[in-house]
Amino acid sequence: MKKIYSVLVENRSGVLCKVAGLFSRRCFNIDSLTVGETDDSAVSCMTIVSSGNERTIEQIEKQLNKKLDVIKVKTFDEEKSISRELMLIKVKYNKNNRRDILETCDMMKAQIVDMSKTQMMIQVCDIPEKTKLFIQMLASISIVEVARTGTLALQKCSDSDN
Amino acid sequence: MNGADAIIKCLSAEGVKVVFGYPGVAICPFYNSILQSDIQTVLVRTEQNAAHAASGMARMTGKPGVCAVTSGPGATNVITGIATAFADSIPLIVITGQVNSELLGSDVFQEADITGAVESFVKYSYLVKNVQDIPRIFKEAFHIANTGRKGPVLIDVPIDIQNASVKSFSYPEEVSLRTYKPTVKGHVVQIKKVIKELEKAKKPIICAGGGVLLSNAEENLRLFAEKHNIPVVSTMMGIGVMPTKHPLYFGMVGNNGKAYANKAMNESDLLIMVGARVADRAVSQPDLITQNKILVHMDVDPAEIGKNAGPTIPLVGDAKHIFEEFLNQEFECEHDDWLKILNEYKVSLAPKRNPNPKYVDPAAFITELSEKMKDDGVYVADVGQNQIWSCGYHIVKEGRFLTSGGMGTMGYSIPAAMGAKLADKKRQVIAVCGDGSFQMSMMELATIRQHNIPVKIIVLKNNYLGMVRQYQHFTYKDQYSVVDLSGSPDLEKLSAAYDIPFLRLNNMDKVTETIETFLEKDETMMLECLIDPMDLV
Repeated sequence: MKKIYSVLVENRSGVLCKVAGLFSRRCFNIDSLTVGETDDSAVSCMTIVSSGNERTIEQIEKQLNKKLDVIKVKTFDEEKSISRELMLIKVKYNKNNRRDILETCDMMKAQIVDMSKTQMMIQVCDIPEKTKLFIQMLASISIVEVARTGTLALQKCSDSDN
Repeated sequence: MNGADAIIKCLSAEGVKVVFGYPGVAICPFYNSILQSDIQTVLVRTEQNAAHAASGMARMTGKPGVCAVTSGPGATNVITGIATAFADSIPLIVITGQVNSELLGSDVFQEADITGAVESFVKYSYLVKNVQDIPRIFKEAFHIANTGRKGPVLIDVPIDIQNASVKSFSYPEEVSLRTYKPTVKGHVVQIKKVIKELEKAKKPIICAGGGVLLSNAEENLRLFAEKHNIPVVSTMMGIGVMPTKHPLYFGMVGNNGKAYANKAMNESDLLIMVGARVADRAVSQPDLITQNKILVHMDVDPAEIGKNAGPTIPLVGDAKHIFEEFLNQEFECEHDDWLKILNEYKVSLAPKRNPNPKYVDPAAFITELSEKMKDDGVYVADVGQNQIWSCGYHIVKEGRFLTSGGMGTMGYSIPAAMGAKLADKKRQVIAVCGDGSFQMSMMELATIRQHNIPVKIIVLKNNYLGMVRQYQHFTYKDQYSVVDLSGSPDLEKLSAAYDIPFLRLNNMDKVTETIETFLEKDETMMLECLIDPMDLV
């Protein structure tokens, strides 16, 4: 079972290490982990995607709540959230495959953000499945390097405070 | 005033009476400032024992025990003591000196990343970066250590911070931590649910863990059990929750516990697990306590509930408050047959031993010792076969039983006994260890002498690491590997070297008079008991 944890933490040194250490010590999976400051500079938001059985999912939330640097933990399913991943992908191109690449980018709503005579850099910002799919689509082309942010997610909008 | 003075002021404000430790340059400002206070300092002989001694003191006073060691190896040596306290939820404040804050991260002499190293064994840790933060940090640390699920808190203080001047000092009265608000009161709806089940139950039982003692809930628990005639078993850490001879007490559970206690727990139809982790030594098969019964799991730490066994009714809160609430509720539960059955089990499943008459029988010895101990005496058990015998045969009257249950740290008993004795000098404190565990902290005989801490020491000597030998006996068919303790010192000569009176029991012949002599005066004494090397727990 896949779960997304949106974890508000104190923006202090060592907190990322404590949270990551908790996952490794208790043998919980981390599929992806992203962290950044929120609108309040004293608070950071970590988005952690993890998977496990029901007991593990519950333990992760409880153990996160036990950490004194954790302010709030929200757990939600993928379908109840809006998730995005940003990917930068650098590929080699030539005049034979240039058109194909551009077509793929067009179909996948990806942008070319940098270019040289032999390489181009493509930016994809989409749900994680689409970024994965994009890599597959370019599999026949020579990929130089890839950088991904991992999943960012927030619970869908509602009219209650949560 | 400098940072070190401020730390001492914080400790005084928290009512700290004793600091256990071992100095080094990085903690010297602290040990210089402490001279100006009336806090007693105790120089242990290795840092691990500073934490154990603080743990013994904390368990007797109900307040965090304090130890202070230097940076680098001082700090890393104390880790086992911290982990031991963490496993048993014992509140500690561990102060470590650290290198100059400007040198942090440059691997200078005696630098160790101690806050990083202890992360998984502490409830929280601080690295003090600004001298003005000292009062707030200490206030928070004492609060965190001794509320909710208790545990050790480490404060790492670089030497330049200890030496930095403090403009103004005021100790905060309140703690404001937005991320830490432990649940104390049990949820009313959940409490009602438990009572509803108790009214229906035919075979209810309470299994009490160390959390009951940590929240001082033993009296409320006993009153509740007596009011409704509910039998009680305990985990190792819960020993002492009820007097051993209480008619409603049915012993320690677990793979080293009493057969009748396990049977009682497994056959019950309503099990109230309180302040216990449901860890493997107490409950080897968590399935057995969830099948065919209602499991109520009460704990102050929500993460413990459902970690190892999924309860029917989870109940988060402090055991003392919850039992108080239970006592306020009027209801009836009928189960006289159940107690009759349990009392039959107690007879039919009583442990049977065949002691070798050439040696001291540890079971009979411990029973006689505890009967002769003062009613409120403190029995500190070490780790090994001796611990299992102590758990099985020590009779708690109104005293305490202290041991390292969660971590099973050998060498715990002597330093913990020192801490317990210093916490309450009027009480009789006895450390009972094996010859293996004794040698893990025998350097503390010097501490006992130097600071005149009249703890009594019993060494159950069988010339083996008995618990491992027993395991090798069963698992590897007597192929013993690295368990022979040949080369151990002559304890009579060793005692003489430390000027500690010494007694020896070779067999059971003079057991009564020897125990009487041993217990007679409030002074340090060592008693060696020769145990059959082949004896099993």
